[in-house]
Amino acid sequence: MAHFFLHTMIGQVILTVLEALAVLVPLLLGVAYLTLAERKVMAAMQLRKGPNVNGPFGVLQAFADAIKMITKETVIPSGANRFLFLFAPFLTFSLAMTAWAVIPTNDGWAIANINVGVLYLLAISSLGVYGVLIAGWASNSKYAFLGGLRAAAQMVSYEVSIGLVIVSVLLAVGSLNLNDIVLAQRHVWFCLPMFPMFIIFFISALAETNRAPFDLPEGESELVAGFFVEYSALAFGLFFLGEYANMFLMSGMVSILFLGGWLPPIGIAPFTWIPGPLWLIAKILFCLFVFIWVRATFPRYRYDQLMRLGWKVFLPLSLVWMVLTAGFLLATGLLPQGGAS
Amino acid sequence: MMTQIVFYVFATVLVLSAGMVVSARNPVHSVLFLILAFFNAAGLFLVAGAEFLAMILVIVYVGAVAVLFLFVVMMLDVRFAQMREGLQRYAPFGAAVGLVLLAELALAFSHWQVAQDIASVPHVVAAPGRTNTAALGDVLYTHYVFLFEACGLVLLVAMIGAIVLTLRERPMGRRQNIDRQHERTAADTLAMMTVPLGQGVAANGGFRRPEHSYYIASVPGSYGVTEEPVPQGKPVDKTAQGGHGTDNHGGLPQ
Amino acid sequence: MGTLDRTVRSFLLAELVAGMGATLRAFFKPKVTINYPYEKGPLSPRFRGEHALRRYPNGEERCIACKLCEATCPAEAITIESEPRDDGSRRTTRYDIDMTKCIYCGLCEEACPVDAIVEGPNYEFATETREELMYNKDKLLANGDRWESVLARRLELDAPYR
Repeated sequence: MAHFFLHTMIGQVILTVLEALAVLVPLLLGVAYLTLAERKVMAAMQLRKGPNVNGPFGVLQAFADAIKMITKETVIPSGANRFLFLFAPFLTFSLAMTAWAVIPTNDGWAIANINVGVLYLLAISSLGVYGVLIAGWASNSKYAFLGGLRAAAQMVSYEVSIGLVIVSVLLAVGSLNLNDIVLAQRHVWFCLPMFPMFIIFFISALAETNRAPFDLPEGESELVAGFFVEYSALAFGLFFLGEYANMFLMSGMVSILFLGGWLPPIGIAPFTWIPGPLWLIAKILFCLFVFIWVRATFPRYRYDQLMRLGWKVFLPLSLVWMVLTAGFLLATGLLPQGGAS
Repeated sequence: MMTQIVFYVFATVLVLSAGMVVSARNPVHSVLFLILAFFNAAGLFLVAGAEFLAMILVIVYVGAVAVLFLFVVMMLDVRFAQMREGLQRYAPFGAAVGLVLLAELALAFSHWQVAQDIASVPHVVAAPGRTNTAALGDVLYTHYVFLFEACGLVLLVAMIGAIVLTLRERPMGRRQNIDRQHERTAADTLAMMTVPLGQGVAANGGFRRPEHSYYIASVPGSYGVTEEPVPQGKPVDKTAQGGHGTDNHGGLPQ
Repeated sequence: MGTLDRTVRSFLLAELVAGMGATLRAFFKPKVTINYPYEKGPLSPRFRGEHALRRYPNGEERCIACKLCEATCPAEAITIESEPRDDGSRRTTRYDIDMTKCIYCGLCEEACPVDAIVEGPNYEFATETREELMYNKDKLLANGDRWESVLARRLELDAPYR
């Protein structure tokens, strides 16, 4: 059996597909329930109850929404570029799924444990812009177009600070491999020594996923719904799922870069009994809760304030911190010696 | 075997999409084909075992440069009829330029000679056990660090130059000084007044914010702000209010 | 507040943390949602809901076809036709309200000299087709019969303020 899976070509293909399913099925279920969790948590913070009719505590609401979304009619606006119009939501959705290939859920448990995992994640998240931009352009609508442009400018801007924050982490790890990054946090999670970077990364992640308070691309008050105004039914559903899957991905990145991935908070007995994947899931869920918590708390940014925050606050701060980290590591001799991985 | 198949797939798509970049009618499609071409180039890097370069290519070119291209091209107002208008007039000229270029290339390549001792030319080989990321780092940041820094400096100069050339003060906007806005407290902008019953507010100076609070968060020099905002907490003489701006700030006449 | 104090506060994101604290406290507070189809909020006796045509206790319809409601209706939702009945009294032969036009202003109710047309407490009269919202006299009278006890009580409660 083991021989079939590890040493024959068909076996390896089947194994990879099974591994992908083992990640994607829980992820999709999680995405479905994240939409419900968001509504429930936001409701609770606004002293409401949220959906509670479909099933006990509304647990079937996610499926009710899915059925509604699938059975609706897909409207393609006249003058829209049909292929690109339908391609954009698939791109957004599939990119959010593809990125999970490198996320390690336990020591060595990743579908692809590649040497440049962080760069892969960065590349995938930078591709997310295209779904938005293409959707905005292909809709042949002013609102969608403006929303797309805004979203693209915003995502490109905040990628810069995300990149620099990641560089600070990489300096302390000495490897681009996500597995090594988590293992480097055995003694102390990076969120403690690099607390400001942790905050900057989290806020940039909010902006990168177009979440409140940075959800200007879909600013209802002036752009109706931004880049997906013209989308309906399944195409809209894919955008929706893509956005939430991106939240999962960003939470996963925060967990792995700063919260020690699958590692327990303290490496002693009662904590080490719980298996690593559960720790990772707990951390991801915590990040997602904060995502929703932030959405329930803060009003939307103005566009010039958003750009100012990205370029004039986060960029210099993360740049200075990167230099400080390098200097500190060099001065104390803690700099990991290159080429370790 | 497998590697070769993958290589030819990537190479074919790369060449085809590169062709489409120049032949696509819609410029947005051209940029999208360009992105596809970048992707396949990244794939070729992966096949060659240069995973770092592949990822950097995607991040830098696809994630940033092509986004800017797409930005600009999407904003263009392209009229296809207008584009085809001058085709017949310019076709001979274009063909002539193309022929000259082709002739020059042919001349150049017909005299191309591969150096005899090409095999002995030293080139950087990664030490065994080192990833190509580390090897690239060695080359860029250790062997050629000064050249690399010089490149960075040139780019910095170019960037500053571009900003200097395009930055202009827009006198018609009223820009906000965010720090001052954050520092602003309710006491700076709010005055409690006791208005006697029946007299109305007009007799008491109208609905006006405290004088010193008008431009408390505006950048000096922006529209309507002719002077440095008055430091907060310092009341202003009522007669000096005319000097603040051109409009009446919506307040009632006194 | 000194400059140092302000700077430190802004770098520690004091205001953001305070805001998040407020929402987190609300998260654990008891919820105020009314569980609508099973629980309903209180209604004022003046609530203007679905229309009804009332009858006198002896079963005679109140409406005397004076057409004041038709005249006053700002949305022109009411259509009335009348002719003398066999016993010589003036009655409506047609009393239609287009509920899709009605703006629920209550002017018909105000105008009525005999308290015949009233707006009742019912707000759950959504229909599946548009046609069902074109109310005729039968529908309105049926509404009146159905809600009469409530309608009389509402008028009684509101009378001191009229």
